[in-house]
Amino acid sequence: MSQLTRDEVAHLADLARIDLDDAELDHLAPQLNVILEAVASIGAVGSLDEVPPTSHPLPLTNVFREDVVVPGLTAEQALSGAPEAEDQRFRVPRILGDEQ
Amino acid sequence: MSARTDGSAELIRKTAVELADLLATGETTSVEITQAHLDRIAAVDGSADAGVHAFLHVDAEGALAQAAESDARRAAGEARHLLDGVPIAVKDVLTTQGLPTTCGSRILQGWVPPYDATVVRKIKDAGLPILGKTNMDEFAMGSSTEHSAYGPTRNPWDQTRIPGGSGGGSAAAVAAFEAPLALGTDTGGSIRQPGAVTGTVGVKPTYGGVSRYGLVALANSLDQVGPVTRTVLDAALLHELIGGHDPLDSTSVDEPVGAYVTAAREGVRGDLSGLKVGVIKELAGADGSGWQPGVMERFADTVDLLKEMGAEVSEVSCPTFVHAMATYYLILPAECSSNLAKFDAMRYGLRVVPEGDPSAEAVMRATRDAGFGDEVKRRIIIGTYALSSGYYDAYYGQAQKVRTLIARDFAAAFENVDVLVSPTAPTTAFPLGEKLDDPLAMYLQDLATIPANLAGVPGISVPAGLAAEDGLPVGFQVLAPALADERLYRVGAAVEAALTARWGGPILDKAPVLEGVR
Amino acid sequence: MSDTLVPFDEVVQRYDPALGLEVHVELNTNTKMFCGCPTTFGAEPNTQVCPTCLGLPGAMPVVNRKAVESAIRIGLALNCSIAEWCRFARKNYFYPDMPKNFQTSQYDEPIAFDGWLDVEVDGETFRVEIERAHMEEDTGKSTHVGGATGRIHGADYSLVDYNRAGIPLIEIVTRPILVPAAKAPAVARAYVAQLRDLIVALGVSDARMDQGSIRADVNLSLAPKGAGVLGTRSETKNVNSLRSVERAVRFEMSRHAGILDAGGAVLQETRHFHEDTGTTSSGREKSDAEDYRYFPEPDLVPVAPSREWVEELRATLPENPTQKRARLQQEWGFSDLEMRDTVGAGALDLVEQTVAAGAAPQAARKWWLTELARRANDAGVELAELGVTPAQVAEVQGLVDAKTINDKLARQVFDGLLAGEGTPEEIIAARGLAVVSDDGALSAAVDKAIADNPDVADKIRDGKVAAAGALIGAVMKEMRGQADAGRVRELILEKLG
Repeated sequence: MSQLTRDEVAHLADLARIDLDDAELDHLAPQLNVILEAVASIGAVGSLDEVPPTSHPLPLTNVFREDVVVPGLTAEQALSGAPEAEDQRFRVPRILGDEQ
Repeated sequence: MSARTDGSAELIRKTAVELADLLATGETTSVEITQAHLDRIAAVDGSADAGVHAFLHVDAEGALAQAAESDARRAAGEARHLLDGVPIAVKDVLTTQGLPTTCGSRILQGWVPPYDATVVRKIKDAGLPILGKTNMDEFAMGSSTEHSAYGPTRNPWDQTRIPGGSGGGSAAAVAAFEAPLALGTDTGGSIRQPGAVTGTVGVKPTYGGVSRYGLVALANSLDQVGPVTRTVLDAALLHELIGGHDPLDSTSVDEPVGAYVTAAREGVRGDLSGLKVGVIKELAGADGSGWQPGVMERFADTVDLLKEMGAEVSEVSCPTFVHAMATYYLILPAECSSNLAKFDAMRYGLRVVPEGDPSAEAVMRATRDAGFGDEVKRRIIIGTYALSSGYYDAYYGQAQKVRTLIARDFAAAFENVDVLVSPTAPTTAFPLGEKLDDPLAMYLQDLATIPANLAGVPGISVPAGLAAEDGLPVGFQVLAPALADERLYRVGAAVEAALTARWGGPILDKAPVLEGVR
Repeated sequence: MSDTLVPFDEVVQRYDPALGLEVHVELNTNTKMFCGCPTTFGAEPNTQVCPTCLGLPGAMPVVNRKAVESAIRIGLALNCSIAEWCRFARKNYFYPDMPKNFQTSQYDEPIAFDGWLDVEVDGETFRVEIERAHMEEDTGKSTHVGGATGRIHGADYSLVDYNRAGIPLIEIVTRPILVPAAKAPAVARAYVAQLRDLIVALGVSDARMDQGSIRADVNLSLAPKGAGVLGTRSETKNVNSLRSVERAVRFEMSRHAGILDAGGAVLQETRHFHEDTGTTSSGREKSDAEDYRYFPEPDLVPVAPSREWVEELRATLPENPTQKRARLQQEWGFSDLEMRDTVGAGALDLVEQTVAAGAAPQAARKWWLTELARRANDAGVELAELGVTPAQVAEVQGLVDAKTINDKLARQVFDGLLAGEGTPEEIIAARGLAVVSDDGALSAAVDKAIADNPDVADKIRDGKVAAAGALIGAVMKEMRGQADAGRVRELILEKLG
């Protein structure tokens, strides 16, 4: 795992939607590189082509629920944490970017 | 003994089972017990600046109301469970309807969930009054509870030292007699390691054995909810109460809850003949480096004790365990970077609005910068990196494969032994602040506990005594195959009984008396 | 910057297109993909939410079995292989209508893959290869406040309703579709139309483009004729009707050609289709391509449909469109051309329903493909959205059969139906459209016509029966069309021997 430059850290923070100021970048980048160096040993295990990855510790499959309505939250409960609400909807600042 | 004279002090030192007995015989009431614990909290918990500071939120009114309801039920002959009326503390990472849930983070300051976690619903249904929410490393990331945005928790054994993490609050609450029981969560050792450094019992169940619905996820494939108690029997009781399949959790195991209480009672008899125990070579500090001598001594003593009780002890090698840390610190950040994306100031939690006419994006960025602490930011960035295109195969993908190898190491080992043992943590409680600027040193606390989470196998930490050099608690870890959690209780209870006899009383009798004790 | 557009006829001479269609189908399950919230349309905002679909901390998903069933059936109907083992994956990106800021979807392990749909356009069959069909969840819905048009650009703030968040979607992705350039727009349209028919026949979705229960994104690239490589593609969203699919393809072909002709490079970007102008415009520029950082969803376990289950579901498939068309053609006695025209007009289901409501197949076809198709075209809507139901068409034809009205008057009845004036009978009564059946009145009109046209009358007396047409016309005019032409002819011939 190569070391991350300060710019690369800034880019990752951007992807993660965290605004890091210069002081934070200066502070975090070296710490990150220390950690990354430590986890780099994962590469030393060698090529594991034959080994299947584990995404779940236990071999469960096919866990389903039936298509039956279950009572959920009231609108009041749903909006109870909203920083801002209007017309029973979550009010959010203007959105950049395109319609989904 | 009468519960009326010097009542509180007596009551708070009882185990949950003892309290349940007193309730059953009518010698005390839930209100009395709950009040005694609330008084204790008021006396010793203090605040972020001083005192144990195990609690982030105490719900005196609610707990007493629940206690009164319990007493009324019991009077009508309708007690719901053995533990009906015995109070409990809940780690602040579990959602509690009507009670604040912060996960130790500023980004959830003031958030009151509109729903209960399944385990919370279970303890409520059984009638256990909830004393409050306990402190933790922010979003369960840490081994010292120093990463809480609300100030650290202090180890009741020595308040200049850490209580372990991420569940330091629950462990300290129980160690300081502020609660007889607590719920914790364990992703890489967050129940077991605090147990080790506070002289309490902590259990990480088999992955999927306890519902995660309502557990704010750190690493979904590693997290488990578990009991934090002063005795193995209490842990067994609580584990039986909270365990079991939950249709709301797709990863929960559809198997009957094990007979943990029976196993614990069995273990107390002290006969372990026929039990095959494997000492994990890679975690026994064979080369000594990084493992505190006092910890190794207590570990060796406890292994000898197992032999005395009839167990057959051998050394087992799990060679891939040397890669467990790297694997863990790739998988966890990856999963959490995605889990924590939901904290964006749009639906709940903190909203920081920069000056001017900021867009939703700008508000998200500013909020996440202000709301997340450094450790959380570090892990989010590493996780984002590990998952990013071009790097996935080498890092996250590779880590998931190494994880398979670690699981295979366990499987191979368990073909020859019934349980595996190691010290729970490499050191005793270190001083507050000592490892804050050294993330790696902090991560190494979890060396022995991480492998179990990666493989999904259950583990327990029981007190093994005090380290010679500093007189601080040392934990003994027992690991069992998936779904064989009863073995933890059998062996744990055996060790506990034998050591308690040797000590002349529970390990916590040796803890310093806290100021404010009445 | 305005686009240089090369006329379509020129584009097809010099370029080969590659089409790609990504269609999202909203399933009609009772509950959402990962939780038990209802999916009914039109509820009050944020009343159909729970911790899971709202993305509250600690909440967890559980897969809706019915959604998996529908996904498998769609896959089978599209001749896909059904995965023996597959997982959900997280697609990570931030957007305020995304409760978790990741979408639980499927990435490299879709539940269905490697299928095809044979699409008919003007008698030719094109095989569209289906790369995959996978399960995912829908997002919440934002309304934008403060801007001029209610659109996102220029809005002051937005209001988000999460009722739609978590509703099951099946995304169906084609492989690059390589067809002759001139046919590309029609093939794209036909694919979406026929895919939609298939989905409706399966009963898994309403598949209404105007309601958003089926959504199409159009991908297009151009390469110089014979180049043998694929060009850079653009993606066009907001394509809300079959007609728009066709128009979007045409426009993008013209636009791409304009860029390539000038020696430029087509931008790989997402564009927005404008219904009113039939053009596309660029979406907001992205600083870098989205890195979705896909990884397997750790809160869900793999879906491994047993082969028995798959076969059980295969047995529930309705006859496929080709089989159905052949059967209907035979039942109705249509010629190949008539059948082709019916399918091409998107009228197959409508004719079927009209026949079921009692009309003769040819009559049903006639109304839908002539009179009603014309009106739909004028109004710029699909036949199904015109506002006339198959039952009404059958009723109108029934009235014609009963000679209560004739074809010409029937058209006025359709006017009335579209204007919402009531039932056909009510309209006939209110507008006074009934054919006059009183022979006395007719007789008088016939006499008048004979008197007014003595030369024509003579010809008829001489045996030139065909000349009666002119007299019939005169009578119809006199009767303001409210006469049965056949009866008029009879009366004329009776009177003129």
